[in-house]
Amino acid sequence: MAQDTQVQDAPVVAGGTKKAGMLNRFDNPWLNWKFLGGAGILGLLFFIIFLGYQFWDTDLALSARAPLNLPPLGFENWRGQTGIPEHPLGTENSGRDMLALWIVGTPRTVFVGVIAATVGMLAGIVLGFMAGFLGGIFDDVIRLAVDIAITIPSLLVLIVIQAVLGRVDLLTMALLISLFSWATPTRYIRAQVLSMRESGYVQMARLSGVPVRDIMFKEIMPNLLPYLSASYIGNMQGAIISAVGLEVLGFGPQRIPSLGVAIFFSIEAGALFRNMWWWWGIPTVTLSIVFIALLLINLGLDEIANPRLRKAS
Amino acid sequence: MGGISLNYLLRRLLVFFLTLWVAATLIFIIPRLAPGDPIAAMVARLSYQAGFVENADLIIEGWKERFGLNDPVYVQYLRFMTGLLGGDLGYSMARFPSTVTELVGRALPWTIGLVGVATFIFFIVGNLCGALLAWARTPRLVKVLIPMSMIFTSIPPLLAGLLLSYTFAFLLGWFPQTYSYGFGLTPGLTLEFIASVLHHGILPAMAIVIVTFGYWALGMRGMMVTIEGEDYMILAQAKGLKPFYVLYRYMIRNAILPQMTALAVSIGTLVNGVVLVEVIFNYNGMGTLIVTALREQDFGLIQGTSFILITTSALAVLIIDLSYPLIDPRISLEGR
Repeated sequence: MAQDTQVQDAPVVAGGTKKAGMLNRFDNPWLNWKFLGGAGILGLLFFIIFLGYQFWDTDLALSARAPLNLPPLGFENWRGQTGIPEHPLGTENSGRDMLALWIVGTPRTVFVGVIAATVGMLAGIVLGFMAGFLGGIFDDVIRLAVDIAITIPSLLVLIVIQAVLGRVDLLTMALLISLFSWATPTRYIRAQVLSMRESGYVQMARLSGVPVRDIMFKEIMPNLLPYLSASYIGNMQGAIISAVGLEVLGFGPQRIPSLGVAIFFSIEAGALFRNMWWWWGIPTVTLSIVFIALLLINLGLDEIANPRLRKAS
Repeated sequence: MGGISLNYLLRRLLVFFLTLWVAATLIFIIPRLAPGDPIAAMVARLSYQAGFVENADLIIEGWKERFGLNDPVYVQYLRFMTGLLGGDLGYSMARFPSTVTELVGRALPWTIGLVGVATFIFFIVGNLCGALLAWARTPRLVKVLIPMSMIFTSIPPLLAGLLLSYTFAFLLGWFPQTYSYGFGLTPGLTLEFIASVLHHGILPAMAIVIVTFGYWALGMRGMMVTIEGEDYMILAQAKGLKPFYVLYRYMIRNAILPQMTALAVSIGTLVNGVVLVEVIFNYNGMGTLIVTALREQDFGLIQGTSFILITTSALAVLIIDLSYPLIDPRISLEGR
């Protein structure tokens, strides 16, 4: 019986919050310009890449498919060659077309981030909830593990791993990175769960005899969604940073490069000294745009989750 | 040390030593989990090259002895750990007469200096910007300019390093593109050398600062906004205290404490970034050393560099954690 009333109660509560939202529909927190702006930038970027896949020959991203070292259209390289329309963004020194490389490389870099962040996040949710809600020995052990994992600069361990494994494919790289991307979400979720645990509605659910698992995932989890998404985006940033770092050190897939691998090649070839700015510049600017968009989404989600920040901005 | 409870101290020390132990164990295990045995392969490669490498027999003997490849794993593990405890990181394979400790000892001060200066700058600038963003009396112009300067926040230091290196070193030629001091200078306490070090250090440090300080500004702003709603702020204003005094003593002093915790947490990420920035600028610190080791397949040097850098990070975290209760008298007894 006790469980029956709980089930009946839940929709009423949900309906209540919905009604409050309806009353001032123009105050919808999700209509946040930072959140929408960041999402818009990413959306636009991927739309252009999608068009690129439709209308551009992506095989040009392989080596020796184009003349070497051509500058982008309208520029001149140090040999006095000018850009040609066949390769509007120029080419690099093993004959890859930069536009094709950009179309192919950008999603590959983001892919690593998404996979690593998702795996790390799932582990973080489970561990964070266990530590925050169950407490006791779980909390002690998980907190200790988090403290240790956060202190160790992940890149150094990844370097040791990759020094042994050599070059790996993107999925393996993503999974390796995810070995180090669970600690920050765990720490964050644990703190949020700890503060939620003492709130009135959780106490109420406890007193009503709701099973622990249901409290965790049906009561607390929905309330944490904005926090969880912000943490997920932050995790994605971290994972992409790790991936780009490893790629720039030369551990990425070499046949079809991603953006970080392109930067690695350009550094190896001294592009910075030869003024071949398009070679490293296009990947760098693209990655910067991705990161700024992710930051905007993250800031927007923060404001959605925290009304006080919303008022301040 | 009245501020530190025994419990807190013990927990921090436990985390510190466990971190070192975990790092050392990972570094020991990883090569042995891999398909094939890279150490055996390395020794084999060296024997193959013995004709060309000076003192190759010595190296091979040293490595065989050091790794005791025929011993059971736990004996190897114990030997590895006692080696680390004694600060013995073995020989560099690619530059034989030098030990890893020697090479690391030459590179580590540069990295610590770079990270230290960068951290000092971004922590102060970031927190100040954050405080000004939230403060009601900040001029409007400043409130517009600060967010604009934060445009680079969140992009990896590596990419900022590339952009800075191209703009200010290659195009404008204001700063040198590589290394940590001028060619042909001998390190020493001469004015010329110090000026050269500063000149070379500005771009790598800026690469870290411009992508980092925005985070601290945002964190600080969030903290300040929370504090502005507190009752004691109303009391402070009602008392007629000077606005600057309120800003410093009531707001910044309270808001800076969680920022210290955040700093300890971010050390690992910071070191990741610095390693890569060094590679961009060919700065002769640990990052460049580890990349050289990678290029030369010098596995012992890779292990040693990683371990020392992890140890240094853990030590930095420990120092921040232990200084935290001295700044904040309210630190709770059971830690955080």
